[in-house]
Amino acid sequence: MARRALFLLPLLLLLGGCETVMPEPWVKPYERHYLADPIMSFERDPVAAGYMNHVYEAREAARGAEGGSGGGCGCN
Amino acid sequence: MAVTKKFRESYCAPHIASRRCAQSSRTACALRLLCSGGRQSAFARNALTKFLLFPSLYFLGLGVATAAVLPEERADTMYHSYSGGGVTIDGPSVLVRKNIGNKVSLSANYYVDMISGASIDVEATASRYSEQRDEYSLGADYLVDKTTMSLSYTNSSESDYQAETVGFGISQDFFGDLSNLSMRVSYGSDDVMRNGDEDFFAQAEHRRYSIGWSQILTTKLIAELSVETVSDEGFLNNPYRQVRFLDPSKPLGFSYQFEEYPDTRNSDAVALRAKYRLPYRAAIKSEYRRYADSWGIESDNIEFRYTHPLETENLILEGKLRFYQQSGADFYSDLFPYQNAATFLARDKELSDFTSTAIGIGASYQLPERWALFERRNTVNLYWDYIMFDYDNFRDVRVSSNEGNTILPGEEPAYSFNAHVVRLFWSVWF
Repeated sequence: MARRALFLLPLLLLLGGCETVMPEPWVKPYERHYLADPIMSFERDPVAAGYMNHVYEAREAARGAEGGSGGGCGCN
Repeated sequence: MAVTKKFRESYCAPHIASRRCAQSSRTACALRLLCSGGRQSAFARNALTKFLLFPSLYFLGLGVATAAVLPEERADTMYHSYSGGGVTIDGPSVLVRKNIGNKVSLSANYYVDMISGASIDVEATASRYSEQRDEYSLGADYLVDKTTMSLSYTNSSESDYQAETVGFGISQDFFGDLSNLSMRVSYGSDDVMRNGDEDFFAQAEHRRYSIGWSQILTTKLIAELSVETVSDEGFLNNPYRQVRFLDPSKPLGFSYQFEEYPDTRNSDAVALRAKYRLPYRAAIKSEYRRYADSWGIESDNIEFRYTHPLETENLILEGKLRFYQQSGADFYSDLFPYQNAATFLARDKELSDFTSTAIGIGASYQLPERWALFERRNTVNLYWDYIMFDYDNFRDVRVSSNEGNTILPGEEPAYSFNAHVVRLFWSVWF
């Protein structure tokens, strides 16, 4: 039991010192102008992205993990 | 802390923003102050921070990371068309999204599939047909600080299939808004019928659970990890599709019987995608997805996309390549040795071994102000994909019915076909 407690000690120290152990966010808000460009969106147009997911899901056995625009199609 | 539409307008359509300067928010004004070399007051820095941060999280993570900012208010009217393998499926789709205040966003989608023609399955065992599927979707997003909660309802209706789906999702920004975690669950209930057979009625249920992690990695790179589990239960096969089996008593040497699938299916998919901003104003996207399910199907797909704006032309051009491959279901066979040869029987080409390759190009054109309707940002968009399907163990049985053929059952050429997929749509931002 005592040995188990010893193993927990580093974890407690880590949690206790979270503020110093956790890295700072390394990309500051004012450094995100490239990321804010619309061309950096994974899918700019939900209506078209959802349709393509529907096409793939109807023609392929795979489904899921398409990102947020995926979903069931109700097709068989 | 929501971002108003003026933030987005002023970034996405600078000329419109300048036209609307008199009514723009203090944040947009702060940006102009900085851009024009004005004094960098604390107010301006704070405003710029908000301006840059939230649109980035929205635009970059449309798939998953939509937290901390409501989705864009916009309306899209699309004509879509899929044509290939003897089948044409086309129709309209209208998607409208509008905010109520700065915490609630509502969306509605009407989507139609008009199906006509005859696929290879239909040519072999049935007659040409046409039908229509109507789908209505409603959604609501509620934003609280850095958390977005979403509800959705979808109803799909066709002559022999009714489906309803409800979904709930939650999304949270954290780690200085470099990270976003989202979760979503949905439940679908289907009624399956068979035209011409009033006695046939079956049901199916679908449950989906997904988790997404979006991460800003550098000033030019963002990545997203998606995991989704789907669980199906009930009648899962197509009530019309048939499998073929060797039957020496028939002139062609084979006969048909209805498919028989297991009544459960569980699948897992994991996808990793990344987007990188090139040294000039263009972006590349790459994506890999791995899939496996309890029917023995495994698949991989990989996609590359290149996005290149032509600023002076108000154009955004895009090109893509996508490769997909899958191994078939355990109970799939192109030709069974005899009738009722196994407990489960499938001859759906979507459950066979096959590969597909897709190339796609497209353009988005932002209308000049003099043509823009409602004095808002308007775009017209055209995207075209060409998909080549090559089946390894799904054979073209149509050759067997040709007169004078000497091809034995099971020795027909493997089937392949090409498809065109078109999306033509007009978008307007409110």
